[in-house]
Amino acid sequence: MAVDKNMHVLIVDDYKTMLRIIRNLLRQIGFVNIDEATDGSMALQMMRGGNYGLVISDWNMEPMTGLQLLREVRGDAKLKNTPFIMVTAESKSENVIAAKEAGVSNYIVKPFNAETLQAKMVSVLGEF
Amino acid sequence: MSSTVDRDLALHLDSLRQQKGETVKVEEVGDVVRSLLTSLSGDVSAGDLRLFSEVQALATYIHNAKMEIAALRPQDIQHEYIASATDELDAIVGATENATNAILDAAEKLESLTPDLAPEVGQRLTEQTTLIYEACNFQDITGQRITKVVRALKHIEERIDALVEAFGPELERPAEAPAEAVKEGFPSDEDLLNGPQMPDQAHDQAAIDALFDNS
Repeated sequence: MAVDKNMHVLIVDDYKTMLRIIRNLLRQIGFVNIDEATDGSMALQMMRGGNYGLVISDWNMEPMTGLQLLREVRGDAKLKNTPFIMVTAESKSENVIAAKEAGVSNYIVKPFNAETLQAKMVSVLGEF
Repeated sequence: MSSTVDRDLALHLDSLRQQKGETVKVEEVGDVVRSLLTSLSGDVSAGDLRLFSEVQALATYIHNAKMEIAALRPQDIQHEYIASATDELDAIVGATENATNAILDAAEKLESLTPDLAPEVGQRLTEQTTLIYEACNFQDITGQRITKVVRALKHIEERIDALVEAFGPELERPAEAPAEAVKEGFPSDEDLLNGPQMPDQAHDQAAIDALFDNS
């Protein structure tokens, strides 16, 4: 099934410049409905009130981290199937394993490039 | 130790308690040990003497260590150097964030020109702006690294705080050393080289111009 580029994408990061970078890269590959949250709890609230086709989230945020957000999402009957990509500077194997065990759809290590972002989105959503 | 020594020791300890209370300063431990040794009568063994000697040496060692720590002026490290270092690091994060936003502003404006350009030129422009967006990743990474350094400094600050509290007034600042004489009425290069000022303390160009023109 073709990916709908009009789907709503939620990007979550406590660095405003990072949100801006990801938004621009997503826009360049054709995604236009992009919302932003600056921590996990804000993202969770937005997800519960919206309909997101993809979440791209940082890990290291306060008060709710990206991993806590992921666990909340996977534990919520309505949200549990939402594709979730972690974008983080945490590159230790135990981080990747923990995120995978929590049900992350894919994992991108910062700093990343547009090609990697697109490739991971394709692996999660399918070709677009 | 014989019962005579035990009795003498108990009497001397009682006497010392009456004089000094329950707590004896480290630098007074040597005097206390000496006083005990010189006044003890009876059968003091070689082992007892060695023990007293070790206690005295330990007290001297602790006393010297405290003097050395006091000479490092831990309160200066805590209040001046660490506080200043964390402020400088926060300023780095702020400055790189501002610079990154300015770069992103410019890149977004460039990209907005693509509809007005020939498709192949627009495509090349988009590719280059993508590279700019990618490169701006650095701000997040440097910000996180600096945050880690700030945390480490705060941890050191807490340890110094604990040290100062444990030593109490013994670590109070010694009198300030007199400033080195200013040669020929001018401050030295070393005095003048302080690096960039914190944003809220720096003169802007207008203030510099005013100062320059009026001095």
